[in-house]
Amino acid sequence: MHIAEGFLPPLHAAVWTAVALPFVIAGARRANRLMQDQPQTKLLLAASGAFAFVLSALKLPSVTGSCSHATGAGLGAILFGPSVMALLGTIVLLFQALLLAHGGLTTLGANVFSMAIVGPWVAYGLLRGTQRLHAPLAVSVFLAAMLGDMATYAVTAGQLALAFPDPASGVAGSFIKFIGIFAPTQLPLAVIEGLLTVVIVNLLQQYSQNELRELQAFPQWSAVEIRS
Amino acid sequence: MNRHNLGLIAIAVVLVVISLIMGGRQEGAEFAGADGQAMAAVATLQPDYQPWFSPIWQPPSGEVEGLLFALQAALGTGLLGYYLGLRRGQSQSRARQPDRVDAGD
Repeated sequence: MHIAEGFLPPLHAAVWTAVALPFVIAGARRANRLMQDQPQTKLLLAASGAFAFVLSALKLPSVTGSCSHATGAGLGAILFGPSVMALLGTIVLLFQALLLAHGGLTTLGANVFSMAIVGPWVAYGLLRGTQRLHAPLAVSVFLAAMLGDMATYAVTAGQLALAFPDPASGVAGSFIKFIGIFAPTQLPLAVIEGLLTVVIVNLLQQYSQNELRELQAFPQWSAVEIRS
Repeated sequence: MNRHNLGLIAIAVVLVVISLIMGGRQEGAEFAGADGQAMAAVATLQPDYQPWFSPIWQPPSGEVEGLLFALQAALGTGLLGYYLGLRRGQSQSRARQPDRVDAGD
């Protein structure tokens, strides 16, 4: 989902930056408030960022014979709500743009929008939605993290399609081309991201009940589930 | 780490191994990055497009790039492991607390 440096025309780069900026500012404010009001969750916030740091560093092979990487953005969105991930994801993407020449500064806004905004919102929405339907927590978390990951890559395909429409079939044709590159490669990796996110949530349920209760991350939780 | 989690991690590992085997059988499989393939597709859609900005700094070699990616993963894993280890220890010492109070009397 990293659009390389300079690979979006200036107008597109500027628009995506303008779209992403308010989300990042809101995320920074939310993170700031969290640290003041609930300082005991600070370390968990850092750990959620760390999870995204690890997962986006691991380029994994896929069944298509290509490599790609997960995003790790679902976990923080599930625990803290989607807005803080705009900040944490930006830090990850900035690290990669500056030190790894992976992604870029001109495309930072577009990449933040896909990985740190849309992915987390999709993950958060799915968690809340499936919990309302009384899905088991592990199923909710798995679907949230997995489909948040897929959504990120769908947005990247859309951004590239808008910038580079196919001469014959237009934006739609171009989108099919880009999603055809990303989606089959990403699918097994999104499943892996879902599985690993469930593992972390399982561990948090075991060892971090105080923080989870504080954050009210899983409102449908019954006391029975917490004890087991 | 309970059995449930070990099972989930095992499935993830199996998925990577299956990907390596199945992916390796694909025609022209080189395990290149999907991001790079998408940028190559840009060149076929709009052959005259020139990236108008280039990275301000690039790792001087694949080795250095590998180092930085490993560093990124190591920093993340280190922090995550520290957090989980700390909370595990705290919840265990909480669980032992009643015994200690009794022993102190």
